[in-house]
Amino acid sequence: MAGLNNPNITPPRWLLAELTYKCPLQCPYCSNPLNYAAHSHEISTEDWKRVLTQARKIGAVQLGLSGGEPLTRQDLEEIVSHARQLGYYSNLITSGYGLTEERIMALKTAGLDHIQVSIQASSADLSDHLAGTKSFEHKKQVAHLVKKHGYPMVLCVVIHRENIHQMADILAMAEELGADYLELANTQYYGWAHVNRNALLPTKEQFAAAENIAQAFKEKVAGKMKIYYVVPDFYEDRPKACMNGWGTTFLTIAPDGVALPCHSARELPGLDCPNVNDFSIEEIWKESKAFNFFRGFEWMQEPCRSCDEKAKDFGGCRCQAYLLSGDMNATDPVCSKSTQRHLIDEAISVARDSALSADEKPLIFRNNKNSRLGQ
Amino acid sequence: MPINPNLPISFSPTHRLQWEEAQQRDVILYPEGMVELNHSSAEILKACDGTRTLAQIISDLHKKFNTSGLENDITHFLEIALQNGWIKQP
Repeated sequence: MAGLNNPNITPPRWLLAELTYKCPLQCPYCSNPLNYAAHSHEISTEDWKRVLTQARKIGAVQLGLSGGEPLTRQDLEEIVSHARQLGYYSNLITSGYGLTEERIMALKTAGLDHIQVSIQASSADLSDHLAGTKSFEHKKQVAHLVKKHGYPMVLCVVIHRENIHQMADILAMAEELGADYLELANTQYYGWAHVNRNALLPTKEQFAAAENIAQAFKEKVAGKMKIYYVVPDFYEDRPKACMNGWGTTFLTIAPDGVALPCHSARELPGLDCPNVNDFSIEEIWKESKAFNFFRGFEWMQEPCRSCDEKAKDFGGCRCQAYLLSGDMNATDPVCSKSTQRHLIDEAISVARDSALSADEKPLIFRNNKNSRLGQ
Repeated sequence: MPINPNLPISFSPTHRLQWEEAQQRDVILYPEGMVELNHSSAEILKACDGTRTLAQIISDLHKKFNTSGLENDITHFLEIALQNGWIKQP
């Protein structure tokens, strides 16, 4: 009950509704948990409507409809319609796979505000290979249809060592498709991307070359296309302000109703993340152990605790600290002040050796079989 | 970006302007983002209804708030709004 009267708790702004872990694609950098197949239960339409209503009441306004592939939920239109009535700005985050013009129109009628389509690469061969499914041409058509029906179109391309050499072509593709926004998301190494890191992490030279190309393009299309560039934090010397601070802004609800302070938080031990079928969103946000776990600065160790930058980056990412150092309370090892920065440098070095070696290990694709093996 | 004085100004069809009860302020919503507005910025944007030019918007706001001398502030704000894609001109 500690949080109920705590004036330092800000309202959530972002609700990420992961409607399902089902997905027709198999991207090897998926942010879903490795053992997603063990969480196959999905909460009902009525549960989602209740979650949306309760989260809106305490301040959430941006709604991400994600997954897995949210289009596999047949009640997507009903959920979107409910969101619109509540005043959410709803973002459909989709692979585009299986999206028909009829459904694009039905979602528009229901009140959907925007569709983000992801494409894996600028060439059909590579995009289909990474998706594990023949989907490239279909995705491009979907992008055209999204524009045709008056949605702002966000094209998302996840960047890693397999496609970073295509940066110039990816930008040309975004221009050709008429993207209003282009999200160049350098892979974040959680979930499946963590497992595949040695095959996905580009070298520093590759990053620098790609970033130069993207920067020049950004200036060229200023006023026409907005570029969101998700930074590759392994090559930074300060960590990202993960989630804008734990329990300050973001609320994720997983397909089975588990509420998470960030979409990777399932990987952290001992948080006892609450379920929306046991508690209201207000109770979860304000009172639950999980959402209070890393709120504020009390939990921090040195060098974070006495650092004059702690209010800027909040000690970085808890999941990254845990995955790399085994201690979720540690300073994010990305930080050059961390005594464990060598973990990042070693990861970079191992990935570099892997890139230069002749017998690179194959990617582990995100699918049910590999998910069950990984448990 | 300069405002064309001869053309009407409308709020962007790919953005949404709405009152947020929880924040007690108007906000602009767009893909994966939000801008929180102060009262005067919100009033200027609400006047961008696609029928009025810059001069008409300035004159109407002067009348509405029984004041004058806001030409530079309103013009400057709308230039930023145009650059950010919040408003458009045909």
